[in-house]
Amino acid sequence: MATAHQIGRCILVSVGRSKLIAPIWAALIMVGAAHADAPMRVVSMNLCTDQLAMLLAAPNQLISVSDIASDPRMSPMAEQAADYPVNHGQAEEIFLLSPDLVLAGVYSDPVVISMLRRLGVRVEQIGLVNALDQVPTRIEEVGALLEQEAAAQTIIAQYETDLANIIPPQTGPRAEFYYPNGYALGTGTLSNDILTTAGFRHIAAEMGRGNSGRLALELMVLADPDLMIHAELYPAASRSEEIMTHPALKALPAAVTSSNSDWICGTPAVIAALSRLVELRLELEGS
Amino acid sequence: MRGLLAFLTLLVALLFAVSLLIGPAGFGIGESLSALFGNGGEAITLVMQEIRLPRALLAVMIGISLGLSGAALQGFLRNPLAEPGLIGVSSSAALGAVLALQTGLAAAFALALPLAALSGAGLAVLLLLLLAGPRGGSLTLILAGIAISALAGALTALVLNLSPNPFAVSEIVFWMMGSLADRSFTHVWLALPFMMLGWALIMTQGRGLDALTLGEDAAGSLGIKLGQMRLILVAGVAASVGAATAVAGAIGFVGLVVPHILRPFVGARPSALLPASALGGAVLVLLADIAVRVAVPDRDLKLGVLMAIVGAPLFLHLIYKTRRSMG
Repeated sequence: MATAHQIGRCILVSVGRSKLIAPIWAALIMVGAAHADAPMRVVSMNLCTDQLAMLLAAPNQLISVSDIASDPRMSPMAEQAADYPVNHGQAEEIFLLSPDLVLAGVYSDPVVISMLRRLGVRVEQIGLVNALDQVPTRIEEVGALLEQEAAAQTIIAQYETDLANIIPPQTGPRAEFYYPNGYALGTGTLSNDILTTAGFRHIAAEMGRGNSGRLALELMVLADPDLMIHAELYPAASRSEEIMTHPALKALPAAVTSSNSDWICGTPAVIAALSRLVELRLELEGS
Repeated sequence: MRGLLAFLTLLVALLFAVSLLIGPAGFGIGESLSALFGNGGEAITLVMQEIRLPRALLAVMIGISLGLSGAALQGFLRNPLAEPGLIGVSSSAALGAVLALQTGLAAAFALALPLAALSGAGLAVLLLLLLAGPRGGSLTLILAGIAISALAGALTALVLNLSPNPFAVSEIVFWMMGSLADRSFTHVWLALPFMMLGWALIMTQGRGLDALTLGEDAAGSLGIKLGQMRLILVAGVAASVGAATAVAGAIGFVGLVVPHILRPFVGARPSALLPASALGGAVLVLLADIAVRVAVPDRDLKLGVLMAIVGAPLFLHLIYKTRRSMG
């Protein structure tokens, strides 16, 4: 079991993201100036639209991103986000930035959004991503809103090439997500798609769990996974996170890894998550 | 009296077994019991030994601690309203535990968690006994208890709100209501030594508590040293309630309900009420923990919710009965 642990950790450390995402940054440099009538003061108030906007916007077109965009635990583009002024999703501060376009998520605070709209601000809500093939749609949508269609097409083309290079086998190791408070992801999620595309079988499918939700610790132990995917720990302690290090789970012969910021949003960063998982699967199958 | 203790022991054993048999995995009785002793599939054995067994053990240990502490406090203060949860001892213990966890002290040194909870509980009991005095005036006791509970609760919420951990805030309810969900043997071993020390300390005071029913002067003439007794009870209650709260949060009303129900059966003798309340506490917490799992299997309903539903009406009834003396 100890070796399985080490393998998991090793891979997380050794496979960097830089190589995989490099073509996207190259594409970014080619992004030209915005069209004359394109929105020029864009504010994003959602972690996922933050990333898409940073990928697509012309210089100076995006004037603020949300505060969590610069949290490396949540955002794979934390470094780039540090260059932007942050907002905290409050109607007042966003209005004072006098934006001509606000990008929000479908679950962003409806009170804030309706208030901004009442004040005459254009707010566009971008949908969730529940599968890898929805990533290009979102990139296209944000690209169209920012009037950066060409940049969007370049990023999409690169994403699809990267994705096509990962060919899943028919039967891989069995894996399950187990997050704080015993929260396990269902099959209708982006993470499920990342997992299965990387060639793992998701135990949620065996259990017929389409929706995410609490999975009793007992049932997790009985599921006997080959790989457990936890969340990264936050600083200071919490009882919610304690379940991931419960002695009953640690006694299982499963390999352990954790999902990071690359998993959260439907952006090209998912390719990095996929590549790491594929490496991990090859290690598990080799051992 | 013997019969009562035997009956309660039997009830604890029965409920302990029921507690082991309840869980979302739904094994058969034979399968569960053989897995408990290591004869079964690896996964089932893990579930029985590492998940269900510590939970049932903790229910018994916490029940004993709370029942015993309630009976001891009520005996010493000669006041049926004294109870660790109501007078702020449990919430002070929770504050100590939260401080140890959030400062990282508990991560660096595992015993810091029960020790900090014990200190919190100890300070609260000491303050209460000093304020309420040996006679334990109901009004002073309850008012001081309200103030200590409110302060400890607010400070717990403050510490958890300031935590860099986003899950901490949602755990305020755990620290104030208590739960045994997903505890492990780590928690059993962490709490057991302190609890056993606390139980031993409280049990030595049976004779003194009996003497105290005759009044302080009579107790003094029987050779009971009130000051010494107070210190031993403070240490005993702090150790047992502190350790219980450190691993399962503050569970209220157990120490109120149990001595109240059992008092008529033991002839109102505190020394007899102590062991009976310990066993009664174990029965009540086991029952509550079984009930929350049967009623809402996948929601982790907090034990304190159930205990308050049972205990608060009784508390009101007791206040009604003692209101004359409260002036």
